[in-house]
Amino acid sequence: MAKVAIRFLLNGSEKAEFVESGTTLLDVLREKLADFSPKGGCLQGTCGACSVLVDGEIRLACLTLAETCEGCTIETAGGLAKDGVLHPLQIAFADGFATQCGFCTGGMIVASKALLDRNPAPSREDVIEAISGNVCRCTGYEPIIGAVLAAARANSTNKA
Amino acid sequence: MALRHGRGVAAINYPTGMNLGGDPTQALVHSTPTGNFMVSLSSVDLGQGLKHIMAQLCAETIGVPTERVIVDTADTDTGPHCMGTFASRGTHRAGNAVIAASREARQVMLEVAATALEVNADDLDTDGQGNIHVKGAPSRAISIMDTALVAHFKQGRSISGRGIFLVPRSYPDAATGAMKPATCYAHACTVADVEVDDETGEVRVLAVKNVFEVGRALNPKIVEQQLVGGSWMGISHALYETTEPYYPSREHGPTDFNEYLMPGPGDLAQTETYVLERPAADGPYGAKGPGEMCANPQIPAIANAIFDAVGVRIDVMPITPERILKALLEKAAASPGAAS
Ligand code: FES
Ligand code: FES
Repeated sequence: MAKVAIRFLLNGSEKAEFVESGTTLLDVLREKLADFSPKGGCLQGTCGACSVLVDGEIRLACLTLAETCEGCTIETAGGLAKDGVLHPLQIAFADGFATQCGFCTGGMIVASKALLDRNPAPSREDVIEAISGNVCRCTGYEPIIGAVLAAARANSTNKA
Repeated sequence: MALRHGRGVAAINYPTGMNLGGDPTQALVHSTPTGNFMVSLSSVDLGQGLKHIMAQLCAETIGVPTERVIVDTADTDTGPHCMGTFASRGTHRAGNAVIAASREARQVMLEVAATALEVNADDLDTDGQGNIHVKGAPSRAISIMDTALVAHFKQGRSISGRGIFLVPRSYPDAATGAMKPATCYAHACTVADVEVDDETGEVRVLAVKNVFEVGRALNPKIVEQQLVGGSWMGISHALYETTEPYYPSREHGPTDFNEYLMPGPGDLAQTETYVLERPAADGPYGAKGPGEMCANPQIPAIANAIFDAVGVRIDVMPITPERILKALLEKAAASPGAAS
């Protein structure tokens, strides 16, 4: 199959790659760009472990063709920490013991960031809705819900 | 036809480890030249926090801060042998092995320090902050880093220790069948509140209240994390999960997350967990295995709550709407005329 050239911004840095037409964004991120924060859990859109933000919108990288991301801005959980300082969501997940094996964590954090970006003061129901496309096998979800609410609170006190 | 409420209770004993042919785990501990301690294991951390617990146990036994301990669980080809992380045995078996290895390493460390300080090793103690001092004379002291350097570069000694914890195989008594398959037992009790729709057979778990007796919670936050997740898994076992819905037939077995049911974030029961600590005599600082135990009592408690709600006993898991409806029909057929 023909190769296509793609360029996008990954966590603030410019990337240019030649990929086989039909390659998923997940494969490009993991195999070509060594960003392992999105995981391949099911590769069919049912677990959310591969969640990333494309131009601010949450997307399943396993179902997104890389060539459709030409010129886009892509954010992953791996790019959230800035200069060694963790993002409030990462701090809340660690403090709230919201991660065990960690396989779902990258996707959970991206889904939560998508929520907080559009709704900085979510209710418990808003959080449940936002992460309901993400499967976690370990935590029972409760600590994750708690961590997202804690991150939202921390954000609002920081701004106040 | 109505939504019917029920409450059920169940309590369990849960064995720590299993013993089908002897149940050993080994650990090795050695100091680096800078006085950090390295724990080598083959036991696996799969998210339950085993590495951190082993670091705590080594640090507590040797007398250094937890940050000074590095745990390597890398490779079953090269690591000391472990039966594996299953049967709620990790903390108990590997933990006891780590403590044994750390005791031996601590003894060597104190002997090295004793030579350096020109005192008797029996007169030395650690402060838990990385220093060794003469009991009653805190100023006669040497840091563990200096002790390690002295051992490596002057005395030519290896500050290291070996540990194994073995539960020997227990054979059944020929006459009675009695045997000792496990060591200490953890305990748990759950009260479950459910709502059953007697028209559709659907069950909603409204609340689970769990009490877990774990021996000693070596790291209370990690224990809580495991118990909360486990309680959710117990509900999932009771009502959702199966790979063989028509066992022994494999028909309609799920093959992906679309078909393999688990409760999602929208299906959570209100969950309370309480921890009781009754230290086990043979446990590492009293700990038992909380691992699998935490996902067990919810299952019979929910089955009992369903019985309380609609009067049918389902003894096959998962308790699906189909099974409840069938049982309700059978019950109605068995007592015609009786209002359900
Ligand atoms: S890997 Fe993309 S949704 Fe599961
Ligand atoms: S922490 Fe293991 S899947 Fe969520």
